Amino acid sequence: MTDIYAYITHKGGVADDSAMEMVAAAGTIDAGAAVTAIVTGSGADSDKVADEVAASYAKVLKFNLDALAYPNAEVVRKLLVNALPADAIVLVPHDTFGMDLSPGLSIKLDSSFVADVVAIEGMDGGALKVIRQEYSGMVSTHVTADIANGVVINIRPGAFSPDESKSAGGVVEDRSADAGDLTTRRTFLKIVEAEVGDVDITKSDVLVSVGRGIEDEDNIEIADELAEAMGAVVSCSRPIVDAKWLEKSRQVGTSGQTVKPKVYMACGISGSFQHMGGLKGAPFIVAINKNIKAPIFQVADVGIEADILDFLPELTEAINEL
Amino acid sequence: MENALIAPAEYFIFFIPTIVFSLLIPVIGVAIFTYIMALRTAPLIKAAPDNRFDRIPQRIYHVLKLWLGQYRQPRYRLAGVVHMMIFAGFLILSIRSCSLVIIGISENFVMLGFGGLLGDVYNFLKDYAATVVLVACGIAAYRRIVVKPARYAVPAKYGKDHTAEAVFVLGLISTLMISESLFEASSVAANVQNGLHAEFLAPASLAWLLKSALLSTPVETLQAVHIVAYYIHDLTFFFFLCFLPLGKHFHVITSLFNVFFMRIDRGNVKPVVYGIQDDQLDDLESFGVKKLEDFTWKHLLDFYSCADCGRCSDNCPANAVGRPLSPRFISIKGRDLIFKNYPIYPYGSRFKKSDALIGSIYEEDEIWSCTTCGACEQECPIGIEYIDKIVDLRRGMVDEGMVPQSLQKPLRALEKRGNPWGKMEKKRADWTKDLPEDVTVTDLGKGKDSAESLYFVDSITSYDDRMQEIGRATATILSRSGADVGILGKREKDSGNEIRRFGEEMLFQTMKEMNTDAIVDSGAKQIITADPHAYNALKNDYSGLPPVEHISQFIARNVKSGAIRLTGAAGDGKVYTYHDPCYLGRHNDVYEDPRTALDAIDGLKRVEMKRCRDRSFCCGGGGLMLFYEPEEEQRMGVLRVEMAAEAGADVIVTACPFCLVNMEDAIKVAGLEGKMEAIDLSELIVQHMQ
Amino acid sequence: MEILVCVKRVPDSAENEIEVNGEGSDIERDDLVYSVNEWDNYAVEEAIQIRDNVGGSVTVVTVGDDESEEVLRREMAMGVDKGLLLADDAFEGADGKGIAGLLKAAVEKGKYDLILSGAQADDGAAQVGGMLAAMLDYPYASLVNKIEVGDGKLTVGREIEGGDQEMNEIAMPCVLSIQTGINEPRYVGIRGIRKVASLEIPRLGAADLGVEAAAIGAKVKRLDYFVPEMGDGADMLEGSTEEIIAKLIELLKANGGLK
Repeated sequence: MTDIYAYITHKGGVADDSAMEMVAAAGTIDAGAAVTAIVTGSGADSDKVADEVAASYAKVLKFNLDALAYPNAEVVRKLLVNALPADAIVLVPHDTFGMDLSPGLSIKLDSSFVADVVAIEGMDGGALKVIRQEYSGMVSTHVTADIANGVVINIRPGAFSPDESKSAGGVVEDRSADAGDLTTRRTFLKIVEAEVGDVDITKSDVLVSVGRGIEDEDNIEIADELAEAMGAVVSCSRPIVDAKWLEKSRQVGTSGQTVKPKVYMACGISGSFQHMGGLKGAPFIVAINKNIKAPIFQVADVGIEADILDFLPELTEAINEL
Repeated sequence: MENALIAPAEYFIFFIPTIVFSLLIPVIGVAIFTYIMALRTAPLIKAAPDNRFDRIPQRIYHVLKLWLGQYRQPRYRLAGVVHMMIFAGFLILSIRSCSLVIIGISENFVMLGFGGLLGDVYNFLKDYAATVVLVACGIAAYRRIVVKPARYAVPAKYGKDHTAEAVFVLGLISTLMISESLFEASSVAANVQNGLHAEFLAPASLAWLLKSALLSTPVETLQAVHIVAYYIHDLTFFFFLCFLPLGKHFHVITSLFNVFFMRIDRGNVKPVVYGIQDDQLDDLESFGVKKLEDFTWKHLLDFYSCADCGRCSDNCPANAVGRPLSPRFISIKGRDLIFKNYPIYPYGSRFKKSDALIGSIYEEDEIWSCTTCGACEQECPIGIEYIDKIVDLRRGMVDEGMVPQSLQKPLRALEKRGNPWGKMEKKRADWTKDLPEDVTVTDLGKGKDSAESLYFVDSITSYDDRMQEIGRATATILSRSGADVGILGKREKDSGNEIRRFGEEMLFQTMKEMNTDAIVDSGAKQIITADPHAYNALKNDYSGLPPVEHISQFIARNVKSGAIRLTGAAGDGKVYTYHDPCYLGRHNDVYEDPRTALDAIDGLKRVEMKRCRDRSFCCGGGGLMLFYEPEEEQRMGVLRVEMAAEAGADVIVTACPFCLVNMEDAIKVAGLEGKMEAIDLSELIVQHMQ
Repeated sequence: MEILVCVKRVPDSAENEIEVNGEGSDIERDDLVYSVNEWDNYAVEEAIQIRDNVGGSVTVVTVGDDESEEVLRREMAMGVDKGLLLADDAFEGADGKGIAGLLKAAVEKGKYDLILSGAQADDGAAQVGGMLAAMLDYPYASLVNKIEVGDGKLTVGREIEGGDQEMNEIAMPCVLSIQTGINEPRYVGIRGIRKVASLEIPRLGAADLGVEAAAIGAKVKRLDYFVPEMGDGADMLEGSTEEIIAKLIELLKANGGLK
């Protein structure tokens, strides 16, 4: 079996959750395989990350260079092409970095590429069989990839349960010297941070979150009233921010905030993975939606088929009477 | 007749015969006036064509009713009466004013036909006319300076206040009245003093009062007053004449024409370009109004004619809720732009090239804010039109791709699926699945059937969960009355009323073509609809269709004939009020039938809101307006349900699905749930059908 | 600046309309309507705005069939200068890499400073842009939400986690994939489309592009479409609204949802 590699994304010296998820994903490709983690960066932070993931990976290849201080996908791609064997199986999280890195990486490695994989069924002859989704998650497809020349697989963050067993006890190898020529025609300048809004939704234990089902800016009042009754804070999905009905700081999702509340009321939210990707931990999820087929009902703990415009005011009233 | 005083025609000042002035002032005055009028006419010649010379008898009727009869003036009682006084005074005094000019040249001039008895009667009347005008000016000035009615106010973004201009003109008019009366009174007083035959002045008139005051004034003074008063009148008259085309008093000259050329048809929208047929539209270089000269000459004339009275904006629902639209300022800003681009001073100035209107004098949101309710046009005493202008400006914006994002999605959905929600065509008739057992509706979209009566359902009633109930109620009424009812089903497309009014003309033409073909194929002899927007479009914007009527007309007719019998309200303790939908009432004059239908329910207690019939207040708009996200301080619907509450009602009955959507929404937003409910006419009738 | 925008014709997917067909081989396409992929439309608008600012021309290209022309025409009605259709039976069944290879051949027939595509399309793979860049050996940036034109290079912002923006400098020629919200695309109505109805759109096949049919052979293939079992999913609360609310309040209390 060809070697399996996993690219570790990290921030502030802490590995992203996807690091452990990729351990599990690798296991579905080849249960006994020794998986190698790749950690790039510069300074103490990446050292910490390398050490952290070593417990879960058979081997950790560490690249510590100034050029890698910020994860510039163009630079990392060059490095991986220099460092990886041609027919490798490479796992990368399908986040904004992975989307930037992987398609080009697969071309340079002359391997196949499958994006946003939610499940891996295993080998089928010389092909790897996986499951993807299309049309914003409305349908799923089985996909086979010919991996004779290797494959780059972007796995959907959160799709695989993290393997926290930390049973690999890997060795950290500093391969910084093998990085090779890392000049690229794209240079990182800086990060412009999202504006801090009036409310920090990441600090609240209970969130009343609204999606397209709220239908109109004026109806957000209904969510405000429920939040007030529950001692919660109002958050939302991307379409609400795009329509400028709420500030960006209220958005839960991969391009918004990551939240870890105890209770999450998903009101009129369909449950696309970009939204759910912002919901971490194991909150108690209540889904209220008039569309019984909405994907949210697959991840929620409790579901109610109702129009939020009718249901929420009644719920608010009932809570206020307690 | 011998006179104690020397007339202006014979007088000398320092050896200069004043007759020279009597000649010069009119000649110069008329010359300047002609020059100004020529410059004012220039933009009209460059403007787009307009079809306003048809149906002359109808036009004459409008002039008699609105212009001469001042029919719309009393809608604002005090201001209306004051204006009628000034208007009537002006008409009567016009003869005197002309005579006076010539009297300065030929002392004894008398207008043709005014020699004998007619002249005497006229002289008597004109004295009162001048008095009445002066009194009216006084009242008007008081209102302008002290009372300051809200509709005259100029919001800061539109510039300076207009009170000074208004009071100045009132001053000019008063000067004319006083100087004319003084001219006369001084002569009569002098004659009386000298025992000569004096002109009989109408008792208690201004001239009479002045004469009485002057009876003991020395003759030399009277002579001076006589001459000075004359030339003040002459100068003021010609100054006023030349001043008219410079501001809001241009309406004194243009109102007659504006009313003559006024719109005769209601409810429809003007073609993109008069004279260009629908199938030639594709060849046009540009659609809509983008710069000033793209307006038709009548629309530019409208701008000239605006009297700045503010009645339009006072009745505009968009204005009332704080949207950035004030119809009055559409006209005033348009007028000011014409003045700026076609300058009178300095003499011989070149005309300025026109810039794009949107982004200079008009803003995008200003133009998108209009719900096309027609309240402004209904109110304007001079027949100024707004809807066609707004539609033309929107056509221009659509042509340039300047469509708000919130409207692009429903427009795309209409293009692809024939309804603004993008729902599938094959589901358009799904609402029929829950019809009562005894109600049969033929789905003509499915095959080769035909039907006598076509129920045109339109998009919202077909697809919206709540509005489908109106569809079922309407079908029930039709079916149980014995009509052979068919619907177009998946062959029906949105009627396109709003598509056209939002400026997407070609998409409207597409909907119109497809619907017309489907309707003709259905073999229907009549069309009925419960949606006033569809009713308006099919009746006024489409052609080649069988007769169209609204369900309220059907109900009223059948209730009168006994084909529909209704049970009583059985003292349900509720108070009902009927809200006139804009597209049923104002645009199509259907006011009585829905009321007849309601009153046929025995014991139903019905009250009228203050704003009813042609003063009804728009619910917020329908069709594409439901998708537009305006900047406003509150919703029109909220104001309307508060009006219903004020009238003492707890049920609002409406005959339009969009009104129903907006009312039900507004009841929630206004916090009136439990205290107010909204119901559609069809639903109410079905509840009471035997 | 010479700009090429890669667009794709995709089904409009709103409201429960995407379903798997009887055999599970594809989605049910009978009642679908198609339009240009939303992300691609943002890219076209961006290209037009750049061209209006700095001069040059915009070409729009798609890999498809006769029906794909409507999408090209719509973008031309928006203001794009030229359209290009890559169509050939041999292109049927191509995977992302195959499509990127075809686009590469088209790029090499012209001279473009900037190549744009939408960040992702209906299949959510978000791959063609990045693959194309690597094949051409051009620098790449994905999820771009801001472009500033400089001297021979661009300053671009990428949308990253948390709503932050990663600013980069990138040399031209380059490939960028565009995120929604970068601009407000202008409206194109029926009239605009009719105006461009008779404009010519060149059509290039495998031979014109110099591409071997065999080289397009897909390595990544879709086997079927299916809708996964709901599985456990949510515990649906049943009953009257009062009953549901009562149960919900109990559950919320138990999970710390009510203060």
